[in-house]
Amino acid sequence: MKNINFDHKVVEMKNITKKFGNFTANDNINLTVHKGEIHALLGENGAGKSTLMNILYGLYQPTMGEIYINGEKTNITDPNVAIKKGIGMVHQHFMLVEPFTVAENIVLGMEPTSTLGTMNMKKAVKNVEDISKQYGLHVKPNEKIQDISVGMQQRVEILKALYRGADTLILDEPTAVLTPQEIKELIQIMRNLTTQGKTIIIITHKLKEIKEAADYCTIIRRGKHVDTVEVKSTTEDELASKMVGREVSFKVEKEQKQRGDVGLKIENLVVKDNRGIDAVRGLSLEVHVGEILGVAGVDGNGQTELIEALTGLRSITSGKVTVNGNDVTNKTPKEIFQNKIASIPEDRQKRGLVLDYTIAENMVLENYGEQPFSKNGILNKLEINKFAKDLIEKFDVRPNDETIKTRALSGGNQQKVIIAREVTNDPDILIAAQPTRGLDVGAIEFVHKSLVRQRDNDKAVLLVSLELDEVMNVSDRIAVIYEGKIVGIVDAKDADEKSLGLMMAGGGSQQ
Amino acid sequence: MKKQSLSNKVIDFLAKGNLAFTITSIILGFLIGAVVLALAGFNPVEAYTIMIQGIFSRPSYIAWTIIRSTPIIITGLSVAFAFRTGLFNIGAEGQFIIGAIAAAVVGYAVELPAIIHIPLVFLAAITAAGLWGGIAGYLKAKFGVHEVISTIMLNWIALYLNNYIVRIEGFQRPGAQRSHEIHESARIIVLEQWKRTPEGREWMRGSEFFGDILRTPVNWGFVVAIILAVIVWYLLNKTTLGYELKAVGFNRHAAEYAGINVPKSMLTSMIIAGALAGAAGGLHVMGISRSIASLAAMEGYGFDGIAVALIGANTSIGAVLAGLLFSAIQYGGTKIQPTLGAPTEVINIMIGTIVFFIAMPKLIKYFAQQLKKKRGAKNAG
Amino acid sequence: MLDSLGFILGTTLMYSTPLIYAALGGVISENSGVVNIGLEGMMTIGALIGATVGFYSGNPWLAFLAAGLAGGGLALLHAIASVTFEADQVVSGIAMNFLGPGIALFLSRLFFEGATMTKAIPSGNKMPRPLNGVFPRNSFFDFIFNQYATVYMAFFLVFILWYTLYRTKLGLRIRAVGEHPRAADTLGVNVFRIRYLCVILSGVLAGFGGASMSLAIVSNFRPTLVSGHGFIALAAMIFGKWKPQGAMWACLLFGASNGLVVYLGRPGTPFEISQSLLSMIPYVITLVVLAGFVGRAAAPAAVGTPYEKGER
Repeated sequence: MKNINFDHKVVEMKNITKKFGNFTANDNINLTVHKGEIHALLGENGAGKSTLMNILYGLYQPTMGEIYINGEKTNITDPNVAIKKGIGMVHQHFMLVEPFTVAENIVLGMEPTSTLGTMNMKKAVKNVEDISKQYGLHVKPNEKIQDISVGMQQRVEILKALYRGADTLILDEPTAVLTPQEIKELIQIMRNLTTQGKTIIIITHKLKEIKEAADYCTIIRRGKHVDTVEVKSTTEDELASKMVGREVSFKVEKEQKQRGDVGLKIENLVVKDNRGIDAVRGLSLEVHVGEILGVAGVDGNGQTELIEALTGLRSITSGKVTVNGNDVTNKTPKEIFQNKIASIPEDRQKRGLVLDYTIAENMVLENYGEQPFSKNGILNKLEINKFAKDLIEKFDVRPNDETIKTRALSGGNQQKVIIAREVTNDPDILIAAQPTRGLDVGAIEFVHKSLVRQRDNDKAVLLVSLELDEVMNVSDRIAVIYEGKIVGIVDAKDADEKSLGLMMAGGGSQQ
Repeated sequence: MKKQSLSNKVIDFLAKGNLAFTITSIILGFLIGAVVLALAGFNPVEAYTIMIQGIFSRPSYIAWTIIRSTPIIITGLSVAFAFRTGLFNIGAEGQFIIGAIAAAVVGYAVELPAIIHIPLVFLAAITAAGLWGGIAGYLKAKFGVHEVISTIMLNWIALYLNNYIVRIEGFQRPGAQRSHEIHESARIIVLEQWKRTPEGREWMRGSEFFGDILRTPVNWGFVVAIILAVIVWYLLNKTTLGYELKAVGFNRHAAEYAGINVPKSMLTSMIIAGALAGAAGGLHVMGISRSIASLAAMEGYGFDGIAVALIGANTSIGAVLAGLLFSAIQYGGTKIQPTLGAPTEVINIMIGTIVFFIAMPKLIKYFAQQLKKKRGAKNAG
Repeated sequence: MLDSLGFILGTTLMYSTPLIYAALGGVISENSGVVNIGLEGMMTIGALIGATVGFYSGNPWLAFLAAGLAGGGLALLHAIASVTFEADQVVSGIAMNFLGPGIALFLSRLFFEGATMTKAIPSGNKMPRPLNGVFPRNSFFDFIFNQYATVYMAFFLVFILWYTLYRTKLGLRIRAVGEHPRAADTLGVNVFRIRYLCVILSGVLAGFGGASMSLAIVSNFRPTLVSGHGFIALAAMIFGKWKPQGAMWACLLFGASNGLVVYLGRPGTPFEISQSLLSMIPYVITLVVLAGFVGRAAAPAAVGTPYEKGER
């Protein structure tokens, strides 16, 4: 707080409206940020936070409204103008050129050159070293982006902005990929930067981080400005209800339940990643029927490879997977499906749906070859449509029309189509990988309820998620994955965030 | 006021819909062709009149248009089929050549009753070309080699293979840079033998309409092309195989997740696409050329097939219509050179322009929107 | 024996040259993220304009330059489609391959009384051979180094393009745009401008390639002159992993097989081998190499994807 200069309005966005075709992403939004402040922009997925910041950074042009930078009316036509005005942005999906080095990424667009436009790489490296020293953000300038960790990549992104002389930094969902410890470090870095006179705008939907880091918070809901509040005089619950527009509880309703026999058994699993390096390293895990087992962990600790191995998309180097006693190690996706394992994939648009197929066609993606959907290789569209109509009704997919392409659906409804398809096959095991990524609160509730219903019907559910809150709220037991191994399993009711966070960072189990 | 709303409707129509894009692109192709002709000092109206007369004014002209459309309709189907399953078959050219080689060899090497010989030759053509197409499919499925590149290579290998086989002793027609002709039992030219008999000649002289048509090498190829179009349509839209192949084409990751064998699907797609283009080559030998010649350059049946598929929006019916259109423009276009002295190649410019506009629906959409805005402003003012 | 080797090497250099120009065109365009399958059409128009201007002006340099402009002009259309209007780049490239030869033959008929073959340029007005007469006639070194100026320039351009791509600011930006256009855009690099520049340059280079055939290797334009060189150049570029020097080696391989074909086709050669089979070899090698060694990994990550500024 002590760093804020209330007489100096660094950014003032007035009555910003942005339309994409008929869709209004920002509707008359106001935002004021003072020098030295950490200002959070809170809202659900799709509320319009990123759009607003992309306008401030010049990536989009507002349909209406004005922007003042340091009190001066500014027309930010492209990122060059924003950069010149001292605005820098770290995007949620890093904007880094993978085969380039750290230094090349940082100087791109403002390259030090000698004669004839020849790059002066020595100077570039020196500049990067200087600036990383100045702000205490250590990086290795000559390493390639593809070879460094996610946390390190984030530093490169911040340095990119600082190298351009940014006074105001926009951070878009910066904590999504970090461990709790790394998040602490990031908050410390943010505080350091404000003491050096920088201003920070942080886009997030995580209330806890706002409470910890931010001075002020502007809440946006469905493209509209709801409120701007001083963080220390508000509560998380208050922020949450403002974000969602109603009272919400993030607790998942579920009754106590005795778990049954082992449904899914994983023994000493070893799986390689795309580069041929072991990503899952001797992982063992048992999921019982009638329980939700949540796997918590930081991205890149073998979760993706584990799921791909379990669903038959990636070959298993060694180890064994059994379902109800049947060996399904290294079986094809079809055979695994026939062994009554269903899964909600990590990336619904890449794996879960054929976006250019209709809802009906997607509903039978796994069993189009079976009667009544086809006979002798000829599709029976009537039966397929009837089946789809039924599921659309049951799972409340909107719009209620089986003939439209799934590309036209919202993320939540796309996920409903996938869940409808997977659950209707009445699987014994349900594997859910990041099932709520990018969904709004209503859709998240639906997904969670679906998982709990499976558990209540005495099925085994394996939930893998990067959102620690989700894992803690939904699971009966929590397993922590670190560097391809399970480093600890705790009962959800005994779990606390601190010890889980420690395990996720490789700190080892207390048990 | 009424007129206004009608033109608004037209603009609305252009702002959406694939058929609208296609028709607009074709119109633009003709317009640009006219501009090019005018710039070069020729009267475009006169040129187009000659073209249209050159297509429709005699039964034999229409017959020629249809005959010439046959191979490109089928290569068009080949390219369209591959497109629908997510593959770009630049290799129809080479697959056509392989089909032609197989047909010429089997048509010449054995002599059988026509009822067996014709299907045998056809089968040889589609099998050989299917395998040829399958090479590209295999390379893609197994090694990730992009089919555009592998099929370009395979086109040239096919061409040189053709030139090698044509020159094999015993197959090469003495004193010519081409092979022996296939036996008559392997040909599909309508009434070929009868046409040469005295009665046949007599009858042809007597019937102005049919006589004129029969003077062309009219053959059963077009009928086969239509049958193949129906098969392709049915396969893509009504069968589980089509469902699988399209799923892989749209999103191979989701298809894999759902348990579809992606490499096998790619291989299957390329085999089918190759077989189709091979059918075109086989029918061409059986119905028109009767032999294969040493090639100095690509003949272009495969490349024309790409244009046909694109203009036909990668559908079966589209390939048939676009093939006929393409063939008509090409055949009619040859007549402006001798009559008017205007370069025939204006037709390539027209076709290139059509494909060019089809490549960017955004442009047409953009212009339609601009027009709409203007009109809106005018109406408001 | 040494002379034979010299002959083969010399012919290799000569036949590689047009491929090198066009392949460099492919390298620069694809490094910026735009597929250019239309090189063939751009070469064809370049060859025609080169031969025509060469014939009428008598100045090979003017003709060479005009050929580049013509190729660049056609490439501009490709850029408009694939950069501004987010066209399918392969489809647009196909259109170029209809338009290029179409326009070329159309113009040929206009300029040369209805003929699709242009009139031959007198040998004095062809591309000069800077080292002509330096070595004894038909000696080893004469075969290798007594080349048209276009040959030397092609190899010089390989170096220039390599330096530009990997040592200059512009090159860094080009590669960034080809790998991750959004990242470049957020740093204020103008993606559209870079892509336009690269696509047009690729057309200029392809046009040079065409002219290096019609002004040097032969002395006129005819419909079958280019026939497929653009596609081979494209393959060479991929074979060479999207790098100028790699593309050059691949072009030399294709040129060498051509050189061998010509050598073995001369009367009195010791070997009796089918020219057709020999001609096939480089294509087979390319396939094998693509299957065995060059994965997809080497391609710029964003190649073939239009960049939409307002993407959501």
